[in-house]
Amino acid sequence: MERHFRVWRGDSSGGEIQDFDVEVNEGEVVLDIIHRLQATQTPDLACRWNCKAGKCGSCSMEINGQPRLGCMTRMSTFEEDETVTITPLRTFPIIRDLVTDVSFNYEKARETPSFAPPPGVKPGDYRMQQIDVERSQEFRKCIECFLCQNTCHVVRDHEENKAAFSGPRYFIRAAELDMHPLDDRADRKEYAQAQQGLGYCNITKCCTEVCPEHIKITDNAIIPMKERVVDQRFDPLVWLGRKIFRRDGMENAPAPVGAGVAAAVSASSSRPPEPPPVNADGKLDVAELLSSQAGGPSPFGDDQEFPLATGGITYHHPEPDKD
Amino acid sequence: MTTRIERHHYDVVVIGAGGAGLRAAIEARLAGKRTAIISKSLFGKAHTVMAEGGAAAAMGNVNSKDNWMVHFRDTMRGGKFLNNFRMAELHAKEAPERIWELETYGALFDRTKDGKISQRNFGGHEYPRLAHVGDRTGLELIRTLQQKIVSLQQEDFAETGNYDAKIRVFSETTITELLLDGDRVAGAFGYYRETGEFILLEAPAVVLATGGVGRSYKVTSNSWEYTGDGHALALRAGATLINMEFLQFHPTGMVWPPSVKGILVTESVRGDGGVLKNSDGKRFMFNYVPDVFRRQYAETEEEADRWYTDPENNRRPPELLPRDEVARAINSEVKAGRGTKSGGVFLDVSTRMPAETITRRLPSMYHQFKELADVDITKEPMEVGPTCHYVMGGVEVEPDSAAAFGHVQGLFAAGEVSGGMHGSNRLGGNSLSDLLVFGKRAGEHAAAYTDALAKRPKVATGDVEAAVDTALAPLSRTDGENPYTLQQDLQAVMGDLVGIIRRAGELTDALKRLQELKVRVANVGATGGRKYNPGWHLALDLRNMLVVSECTAKAALEREESRGGHTREDFPKMSPQWRLLNLVCSLDDSGDVHLERKPVPKMRGELITLFDRAELAKYLTDDELTEYDAAAEEAK
Repeated sequence: MERHFRVWRGDSSGGEIQDFDVEVNEGEVVLDIIHRLQATQTPDLACRWNCKAGKCGSCSMEINGQPRLGCMTRMSTFEEDETVTITPLRTFPIIRDLVTDVSFNYEKARETPSFAPPPGVKPGDYRMQQIDVERSQEFRKCIECFLCQNTCHVVRDHEENKAAFSGPRYFIRAAELDMHPLDDRADRKEYAQAQQGLGYCNITKCCTEVCPEHIKITDNAIIPMKERVVDQRFDPLVWLGRKIFRRDGMENAPAPVGAGVAAAVSASSSRPPEPPPVNADGKLDVAELLSSQAGGPSPFGDDQEFPLATGGITYHHPEPDKD
Repeated sequence: MTTRIERHHYDVVVIGAGGAGLRAAIEARLAGKRTAIISKSLFGKAHTVMAEGGAAAAMGNVNSKDNWMVHFRDTMRGGKFLNNFRMAELHAKEAPERIWELETYGALFDRTKDGKISQRNFGGHEYPRLAHVGDRTGLELIRTLQQKIVSLQQEDFAETGNYDAKIRVFSETTITELLLDGDRVAGAFGYYRETGEFILLEAPAVVLATGGVGRSYKVTSNSWEYTGDGHALALRAGATLINMEFLQFHPTGMVWPPSVKGILVTESVRGDGGVLKNSDGKRFMFNYVPDVFRRQYAETEEEADRWYTDPENNRRPPELLPRDEVARAINSEVKAGRGTKSGGVFLDVSTRMPAETITRRLPSMYHQFKELADVDITKEPMEVGPTCHYVMGGVEVEPDSAAAFGHVQGLFAAGEVSGGMHGSNRLGGNSLSDLLVFGKRAGEHAAAYTDALAKRPKVATGDVEAAVDTALAPLSRTDGENPYTLQQDLQAVMGDLVGIIRRAGELTDALKRLQELKVRVANVGATGGRKYNPGWHLALDLRNMLVVSECTAKAALEREESRGGHTREDFPKMSPQWRLLNLVCSLDDSGDVHLERKPVPKMRGELITLFDRAELAKYLTDDELTEYDAAAEEAK
């Protein structure tokens, strides 16, 4: 049976969506249709793929606007007469047709500190309990399809945030190492906050929704990482105590009045950090912004530009030796 | 020459970024060599991710009776004694160290109760031996090695300010030609897929780790990359290939839906209790236990079922016979009309264990069937059949150094592209450990080779020009033949005529058709320019697929017996005389495949005496048995 497809074709200089009518058989997936297009109509249609079994994470694309793996999207999930539109990942620069330049991810991978083996433990002497490795194992299921990176609104359509933001893939890498029973580094969370831009994430869970491996990126990696950072750094009382007992020109600051933490800081600082909006039990509220499609509109509002103007930011990245 | 070529200097170039390639690169970099890794896909997407079951290593964590000698025996048995014994020995001895080393890179294997690496049962392995992570062990392995390389790059960055100072990954890059200076490797030539620009890597040592040849088959578990590039590069550089007639057809590939035909259902489904049934609902494997294995396998369903919980006092179920036996059995059932509608048999776990056990022990299988086929394996059986999975044959190498034989120096090979280790049939779990053991050895010896060189071999400009012309040729033939059609035709020839069951007439026919295809491939065309053009890439891969297919067909016609991954309907028996012979392919001056017979290296006395005489009697000639008796006598 012939079905109607629309496929984006072009390169970094521009392109357009082209229309195709292609044979579709029972039990096929979108990647099969692309292969049929290559074999019969467009031999040079560029598309990445490898395993065709949802294990390698190569055939990431946007199908009817949804970030998906081409090999895991069965044709039977569409209506019989539905037109299927296939476009490349939006967050990464186009190389050709459905192939994008995903080097951003590999750069971030390089910047993420590696596993630090425990000193003095010889190969063969590693001992860990199954229950302790399972938490990290969940994140090691990641097939690096980069759909989470593609859908994350911090960088989707916000090229300017890419330098400071590693993205969900590397938050789970940091979480994986943080939870690794034998990893020798103790500052994975602080690092994620200070260097990977964890603070940009406002837990809209878009990454979790698109993960083909069903890794609970937000609940099991990002939120625990944020919570601990909150405990250690931004607990208002801890923070206040630290400020009061330090002698860095704070003596003359007006005494804190009641709740307003910001009041404790001298006016000379650009704007003082505000604590995160924690609820009664000291945890962050998990607010879901629902959208009809994953990676949809920006939760900050469509008119919000990043980075925010310096004066408008109420948040400082913590600097390890200062606060 | 008007074409721009990017030039690089390295000490060691590793072609292939799967497990073997990455392990080799790590070792070369640790030896202080400037190392390049060529990856045909993105970094970390290699076919190694498809390995599910685990990595076999006799650590003895689950059953303390296990040791390298038992593993060695299992490997030789599985390969029907055609294995290069020295490779099997090194593999069995070194696999545990290689696995433990991965933990220091950050790997997280499943654990035993006392916190050690857990090990699972697998076809052909006497004891639970496969280190594993659920059913995604290959992914864990590739990710661990990938992350180790990143950590080495971070060390280099700290020292030099450049991540790529000592080890660089060229992702989405294909090598089309090895360049020689006399008999010595001088460099590698290829192109970036992304831009179509050419690249020349000058290096005195090249490690081939390009994997297998499965894309020449219609039904295969292999990805598009598996076009026999390394095999063909080695041949053209003057190296030799052995055992090319031995292809492993994995017994359980998915047969429905059509889009996923060929994709693997891991053997651990059977290791964990899954059973094979025909369309009559009969557990047919009991009818297919060959005499050589009779003693180790259960004869009744009751005994087989008891084995899962009490392996000490019961024999294993016949579903866990080596892969070639199971593949042939399924093939026979389907041919006898007892198959499913889509030409497979049923593999059932749903009636064997509770749903929650299935989803816990086989998570990615559950996931794969649910998402790809809309089949819930906790409720209904899977439909499976044989799929082309692995090539046992490959580059003939010196076992200790992984250096290629033939008249070329500076060429090394590890992993699936190398031959000999697995004999006529590979045991499941032995490939992940193979690529670690021999990947390391190849990297180490490639580094040592460059140290011993008095002067760097030089690339000849003429050779580079010729390589450019060859690579650009398909683009200039605008009315040349469609590469996809040619690939389908090649797959039809190999699948239909050089498939799981072979006959002399069909093999002769296949060779004739391959010659016809050769003429057509010489006229293949590609449209659409050089930028990320899959049609052009396939056009360039075709000649590799073709020459490797010719080796397979020739060797399959020559070997007049059935053994492991080579079944001849006209010679259904295993022959002790043929066990003495390896078939070795090389290219002659005109570029045609030349085949010769070479003796299989003779096992050392202390190794052969690890086996029972009664078992050896099924494989060896009378002369060899006499020698065995003498060796056994001496050992007393």
